[in-house]
Amino acid sequence: MRGNCYIPSGCSVSGIMSESGRRQDGNAIIKSIALMHDRANGLGGGFAAYGIYPRRSDLYAFHMMFDDIAAKERCEEHFKDRFDIVLDEEMPTRPGSAYEGVTAGRYEEEGVQPITDPPILWRYFMDVPEDKTKFVSDREYVVGQVMEINSTIDGAFVASSGKNMGAFKGVGYPEDIGVFYKLGEYKAYIWTAHGRFPTNTPGWWGGAHPFCLLDWSIVHNGEISSYGINKRYLEPFGYKMELRTDTEVVAYLFDLLVRRHNMTIDLAAKALASPFWKDIDRMPDRERRIATALRQVYGGALLNGPFSIILGHSRGMVGFNDRIKLRPMTCARKDDMLYMSSEESAIREIAPDLDEVWSPRAGTPVIGELDEEVA
Amino acid sequence: MAMASELPPEFIVKVDYDRCRRCKRCVMNCSFGCMHFTDRVVPEHQKCVACQRCVTYCPEHAITITKNELAYKENANWSPEIRKNILKQAETGGILLTGMGNPRDYPILWDHLLIDACQVTNPSIDPLREPMELRTFLGRKPERLEFVESENGEIDLATEIEPQVRLDVPIVFGAMSYGAVSLNVHRSLAMAAARSGTLMNTGEGGLHRELYPYSGNVIVQVASGRFGVHSEYLNTSAMVEIKIGQGAKPGIGGHLPGEKVDEDISKTRMIPVGSDAISPAPHHDIYSIEDLSQLIYAIKEATDYEKPVSVKISAVHNVAAIASGIVRAGADVVTIDGFRGGTGAAPMVIRDNVGIPIELALAAVDQRLRDEGIRNNASIICAGGIRSSGDVAKAIALGADAVVIGTAALVAMGCRICQKCYTGNCAWGIATQRPELVRRLDPQVGSERLSNLLTAWSLELKEILGSLGVNSIESLRGSRERLRGVGLDSMTLELLGVKPAGVGQ
Repeated sequence: MRGNCYIPSGCSVSGIMSESGRRQDGNAIIKSIALMHDRANGLGGGFAAYGIYPRRSDLYAFHMMFDDIAAKERCEEHFKDRFDIVLDEEMPTRPGSAYEGVTAGRYEEEGVQPITDPPILWRYFMDVPEDKTKFVSDREYVVGQVMEINSTIDGAFVASSGKNMGAFKGVGYPEDIGVFYKLGEYKAYIWTAHGRFPTNTPGWWGGAHPFCLLDWSIVHNGEISSYGINKRYLEPFGYKMELRTDTEVVAYLFDLLVRRHNMTIDLAAKALASPFWKDIDRMPDRERRIATALRQVYGGALLNGPFSIILGHSRGMVGFNDRIKLRPMTCARKDDMLYMSSEESAIREIAPDLDEVWSPRAGTPVIGELDEEVA
Repeated sequence: MAMASELPPEFIVKVDYDRCRRCKRCVMNCSFGCMHFTDRVVPEHQKCVACQRCVTYCPEHAITITKNELAYKENANWSPEIRKNILKQAETGGILLTGMGNPRDYPILWDHLLIDACQVTNPSIDPLREPMELRTFLGRKPERLEFVESENGEIDLATEIEPQVRLDVPIVFGAMSYGAVSLNVHRSLAMAAARSGTLMNTGEGGLHRELYPYSGNVIVQVASGRFGVHSEYLNTSAMVEIKIGQGAKPGIGGHLPGEKVDEDISKTRMIPVGSDAISPAPHHDIYSIEDLSQLIYAIKEATDYEKPVSVKISAVHNVAAIASGIVRAGADVVTIDGFRGGTGAAPMVIRDNVGIPIELALAAVDQRLRDEGIRNNASIICAGGIRSSGDVAKAIALGADAVVIGTAALVAMGCRICQKCYTGNCAWGIATQRPELVRRLDPQVGSERLSNLLTAWSLELKEILGSLGVNSIESLRGSRERLRGVGLDSMTLELLGVKPAGVGQ
């Protein structure tokens, strides 16, 4: 399945966050992304949700996809020596069901299933054994394991690997994927969603968005024209680009800059979608110094090409665009809620009455953060 | 060439006497003594080098130069050129000298690489409407940045970045010494570098005091002869370059004949008037990598750690490992000069047979530094055989931070690549010290032509970036995914890190 085709993508994105940490079920995000049905083509949809496993929030939740039982066995053999598996179970799904919206009738008429041929979907709640973290932090260790599984265990793929969060994705329209994964039964303070329009077929479950590493998740509308150098820039840091899609580099770049290089999200966004020199040259001294250094040192991390991206992480949600805004993004606020979407209509669909709606400027991140008092 | 030579002339000069007005302009212009005037212009074919000077300046366009196609018996192995070379050596017993870069028919890999472009899924960008950035910084970069937060919550940079040289266009002029080329060439290069926001390179002959005001646009070179090297010289620069090797003559030193060493050159090089300036093959204080490191740090001490130090090597078989050692020895920039790089004078056997193509050397060095996690520690400059903005884009995509143009710059100033630089008779006033010839290159005109070339290539680079859907040169730099190979074997493709055309991402 993977490794034989590269899929550039069109797409829709949507994100909802409660900055006060209120958790809500997945119906709203499904409704929002369903409105943008026509931006996808049924070859991929997915969701990331934060706060869904409060009772196991101290464990790494691995959402896994396996081609077959043999791959699952190989992977579990691998896990056995490297993690303490506290619980593992099949992902709850509802095969054969479709979203009850405008499109549902079509499947009955045509006599087809909205979601077909899923891989084996299994989740593992795991701890990192203490003896594994003598020389590296447990998060570094998990990153290494994710890279290893994706690149060496044939037929096994890590969909997400963070704590108290998870990715739910597959081949199909996103609203049907949401129903398939029973997202109405999960509660999260951040939901992001993606509807995919790959311009080149074989849809692959692992290739759907979001792309996740630790608690980072990325949904992305666009194409990273700088993928070639971003990939080569990341490789010496130990990242392995195995998914053959440009989006994964975004997740890894945030992991590198924020987690390993200790940058704030804002600085990381400035490195990834940096201001133009003509603007840097006019900045006040301190800002110019920072912006210049970021471009000098992180030129290989600069993301170029059309994109609108929603980044999720356990403390917040970030929306940002490429440097000349070649892809749409609209943001809105209502009370403690922050919304981001490819289209304003997808926000209005679930929150008709908004305090504020705006289109963020090119290259300028919109940052949603959990209130400090939220644990 | 010896008078007694039995060799037939290489070129035939034809004068159309119906058109010729006998103005003698050709006679005045020919610096090789080929054109004589009796009652009419009489060419001495033997002396013609096909520099095109007479052809260009004949107001009646009455002169044509053709190859003297000798009717040797056909032989694929013993080409006319090889036969001529043997005859020359049989007559003289000497090393065959030549100038400019390797002219032989080795594969030019640039011409087997093609650039990507955007269609539909990612829009191309119109460089006339959107910013398109070529600004480049040369110098050692840290692997990461550290920031501090002040008491009032302001974030500031904590990392001190080592000196960086800013280029407005990622193309610098190649090292050509004053002595090998005329002062007017140096003037033209310096003025053009200042105007276009880039750098000229002194080569190994020092920097004439008149050009000290251009210090911000000058790379000063320290070569094995140490000609013209003193503390003030090192500090009158944007960057210092230690020259270990030259692509046209890897492992070979240099020789400026005493006849060329006039008063000015003598002062600039700090050698007596009329004395030969001989650059040894190796630096006699560098017999190992640790010796190189000492020189790098000696130069950094002498320049107060304010200038990046570059080390220039020729592209040889083990170039990747050598470059890695150079970076670890403290160099901030590595300049790699490929086997097509030019020269004022080199033994033909070396120029034509030693070294490797720059494309492979560049790809190997960039990959090696990345594999070792030290790519940020140094910039890579790619030299030797860059002919067009297409070559520039391909070199940058393979991993170069900037490229060098030497021959292309000379051509912009008038050079016709006749390969007679070593004779001192350059009719275009470039590779000569004869005052009446030097005068032929007006630095105002020369610098303008050089700047025009850089402007033209910049515009073309921006078109390429736009068609690739990126708006900054760093998104092309090292992005080999945007290149495809045609007509290359799989091993070459692998070494270049490039997929064959027809394969998607």
